[in-house]
Order: sequence, then structure tokens, then C-alpha cells
Amino acid sequence: MEKSLSFREFIITRLIQTSGYSAVLFVLLIFFFLLREGLPTISEVDTSSLMGVRWYPIESYFGILPLITGSLIVTLGAALIAVPFGIGTAVYISEIAPRWMREILKPLVELLGGLPSVVLGFLGILVVSPYLRVFLDLPTGLTAFTGSLLLGGIAVPTVVSVAEDALDAVPRAYREGAWALGATNWQTIWRVTLPAAKSGVLTAIMLGVGRAIGETMTVMMVTGNAPVLAIKLGSLFSPVRTMTATIAAEMGEVANGSTHYHVLFFIGMVLFLISLIVNVIASTVVFRAKKRAERILS
Amino acid sequence: MMKLFARNRHTVQRIGFSLITLMAVVTVLPIVGTVIFILFKGGSAVSWEFLTGFPHDGMRAGGILPAIIGTLYLTIGTAIFSVPLGIAAAIYLAEYAKENRLTRLIRLAIINLAGIPSVVYGLFGLGLFVLFLQFGTSILAASLTLSIMTLPVIISTAEESLRSVPQSFRTVSISLGATRWQTIRRIVLKEALPGILTGVILGLERAAGETAPILFTGAAFFLPRLPGSPFDATMALPYHLFVISTQVPEMPIQIQYGTALVLLVFVLTMNVVATVIRSRARARRQW
Repeated sequence: MEKSLSFREFIITRLIQTSGYSAVLFVLLIFFFLLREGLPTISEVDTSSLMGVRWYPIESYFGILPLITGSLIVTLGAALIAVPFGIGTAVYISEIAPRWMREILKPLVELLGGLPSVVLGFLGILVVSPYLRVFLDLPTGLTAFTGSLLLGGIAVPTVVSVAEDALDAVPRAYREGAWALGATNWQTIWRVTLPAAKSGVLTAIMLGVGRAIGETMTVMMVTGNAPVLAIKLGSLFSPVRTMTATIAAEMGEVANGSTHYHVLFFIGMVLFLISLIVNVIASTVVFRAKKRAERILS
Repeated sequence: MMKLFARNRHTVQRIGFSLITLMAVVTVLPIVGTVIFILFKGGSAVSWEFLTGFPHDGMRAGGILPAIIGTLYLTIGTAIFSVPLGIAAAIYLAEYAKENRLTRLIRLAIINLAGIPSVVYGLFGLGLFVLFLQFGTSILAASLTLSIMTLPVIISTAEESLRSVPQSFRTVSISLGATRWQTIRRIVLKEALPGILTGVILGLERAAGETAPILFTGAAFFLPRLPGSPFDATMALPYHLFVISTQVPEMPIQIQYGTALVLLVFVLTMNVVATVIRSRARARRQW
């Protein structure tokens, strides 16, 4: 009895330990499979053509530059929307709103985070883009800007929840100190609370941007999917195509093992590396900030 | 002069607060608007036949039963893999792991998993499950792909919830002669259950609404019958909505809104259930 109990304990502990390591295993597996299917690109397509400005896979033009600029311009637009509104909402929820309002707003923002991106894309096609076409007098409503607008909505919940956590974590004593010196609530928010939460707010912005650059369905549905180089300001109001949308739109039609197939995996690899870099930087910022806060408080 | 300044900064505060409040309103109103708009527009399309019928006439008529059932299968499939694994990983991090380099690496991996774009999960699922392991385009491959995507949400919420159980509960249990695992199973898990459940539901909600990861791993454009085994491809609500709103010409708008409504209700119900479980557990908690 005694022995079987400790044997069971041993097995279960090992199982739990293995599960704990699984996250590392999965990241490695994902990276491995992206490399496995994506790296042949380098030998099949020469670098100058890969860095070219023409994406036209049927005639073997695999220039990924238009896709990268497409992703960048849509993400930039989304960030310009999501960052001010996300941080503003976070400040409102954490510093200004009365308690009952907070109890309503927090679940609502979480709800936005849970809305399937395909539903937003659907509304983008049927409601937002026709309206934008008329309102901005464009030949088509399916533009980078439409994508930015909706992506902003997708990135907002991430920005709000991370920034709000950061603001919440600022010790109350900081605010009380500012009030005691005669600062108004507004001055306290701007000059004490927000600067104290700076690293957390920065993390919120990075994670929001990361969320936007990786979004697939919404951008595929509303940005018009034209792989043209988007480097002018006017490109914001013309159709573009992002890296994510290209993978999603074309992977279903390519033959496994073809050059096109490898290039799409190569783009996936680029996306993976971007998200890796964003997340590593974001988490080290938080880590360092936490250490500093501990030093100050101890 | 002092007085003017004083009034001035209070004016600044008033303007500033109004601005911030306005921003919050502008952020939240579209959310409410979207939900109400779809409920309103799609309501008339939803009928018993719509929910229980098969699509016909090139999906331009009939119901969306196979898509509903498909999403149900995918959600259950995802739960089968991700719930035990996610909770076990959370138990490891909260109860067993020491603060060392390996643990930091695990945490970094979890953060990264959470940040990987959904379409990259699709590529990974295609490479590993569909092609390498030869599961084919199937419910199994799609569920496995979705479960890895869901894992970070489940792990981080479950860990947080396990950590919030007071240390004294564990001390008492161990001192009564219970083993570590007995303590975790009978005391810690029991107390942390509502929090874990909330995380599980929120994770599965995300899986149910995702399209990109199942695009090349398990989603079918159209199926005349329900999938018979985990090795069959399946229709799914989000993919179906994508298909009928972009790929099928002359699609009746009513069916599109109806499908969006059903997907929204599916996902929002999970969201509300999770929120209710969490707030009830918080209210009842005595420690």
C-alpha cells in the first residue's frame, strides 16, 4: 500500500513535469517545421528575386517586399488607432471610472477580444468598406486603411488589459504623495502614474502591435489583396496585401513541396521570428521593470 | 495669479477627463454596436430549419447544421488535448517548478506561443499533423493545431488561479499526512477550480472562433453530410462565414448575417459563462 502510493506519486509527478516542459517543446517543434518547409526557399529562389518588388507566383516572381510593406502599413495604421484609444481606455478604467463603470467596461473590452476576427472582417466587407468608399471618395473601400481600422479594434483589448494591469500595479502611495503635494488627479495621472507604469504600457503597445501584425482573417477580407509596394502615404488608401493574408489565401492552392509552397512557409518563418522578437523584448522589459520596482520598494 | 493658475489646472483636468472618457466611449461603443447590429440583422434569418438543415443550392439556401456541428467537434477535440495538458503544465509551474533558468525558459516559451500569429499555427499544423504524421485534412489535425494555440491561455490563467490559493492550505494538508499530489488534487485544485474553468472556457472560445489555423488543417468548403470520424474534414462556423462572405457569388445577405449571428452567440455564450463563473467565485471566496 505504502509502496504503491509513492509509485503513483512518482508517475504523476513525472507526468506533470513533462507537461510543464511541453511549451518549450512546442515552440521548438513549430520553429523546426517552419525551417524544414521554409528553408528550401533559399536554394530555390535567389535572394535578389526574393527581395524584389513583384509578387506574382504563377510566373515565379516571389518578391516578398510588397507583402512586408503591406503588413507594415496596415500594422502602423492599426497602432496609430489602438495605442491612443487603448491607453486612454486603460487610464479611464483604472484611474477615472467609478467602480460600477469599471465592472461593466472590463468584461466589455474582454468581449471585444473574444470576437472572432472573421466576424469583424465580415462587417468590414458589408458595412465599413462601402461607407469608407463613399465617405472618402475612393474607387474601392477595400484598402489598407479599412484593415487598419478593424485591426485597431482587434489590438485594442490587448493594449487595454496589459496597460490597465500596469497602471493598477502602481502603488497607491505614489498617487497619495502627488495629491499631498497639491497635484490634481489629472496631473497625478500624467506625471506620476503613467510614468511609473511606463514599462508596462510599453509592453502593452508591443503586444498590441504583435497582435495586429499577426492578424489574418480580417486583413485578408478587407484590404483588397493587391500585392503592390506600399511605401507612399497614399498607399494607406489603396488595396494592399499582408504577409498573413498571402499565406492564408494561397496555401490552399499550392502543390505540396513546390517552390511557391516553400516560399509561403518562408513567409511564415519571417512572421514567427517577428513575433518571437516582439515577445522576447516585451517580456524582458517587464522583467527588468519588476526588478527595479522591487529595488525601490525594498 | 495663483488663483488663476489653480482654476486653470482644474479646467485642464476637466477637459482631460472628458477627453479620456470620450476615448473610452469611442472604444466601447463599437463593440456594443457590433453585437446589437448582428443580433438585429441576423435575427430574422435564424429559424429552426436554419439551425438544423443542410445547405443546398450551392450553400445559397438551407441551413448550417454541418458548420455548427463541426465547430462543436473542433471545440471538443481541442478541449480533449489542451485541457489536461494545460492544467498539468500550470500545476507544474505553480506547485513544482523552482525559480531557475529552465522555468524562465518555459515561461518565455508560453509567452511566445501566445504571440505566434494564428496563420503560422496553420502552417505548423499542415507541416506536422497533416503531412508529416499523415492525419490528412481532418478534425484530428485541426483540433491538435487549435489545442497548441489554446495552451498558453489555459496555462497562464490556471497557474494564476492555483497561485492564489493560500500557502497555509497546503501546509495544513501536508501536515495531516497527505502527499504532495493528494494535496494538489484534493485541496489546491478544488479551490482553484473556478479560476481554471474560466481560463479553459476563454481559451476554447478563442479556438471556436478561429479560422486561420484550420484553413489548411481541417476545414472543408462544403460537405453534404456530417463528418463520421476524427479523420474526416469538417465544415466550421468561422470558416463557413468566411466562405459565404467572400467566395460564393450572389450569396443571400440574410444567410450571411444569420451565420455571423450563430457564430457570435456561440462565442459570446462561452464568454459570458466564463465571466459569470469568475465573478461568482470571487464573491464567494472566503480567503
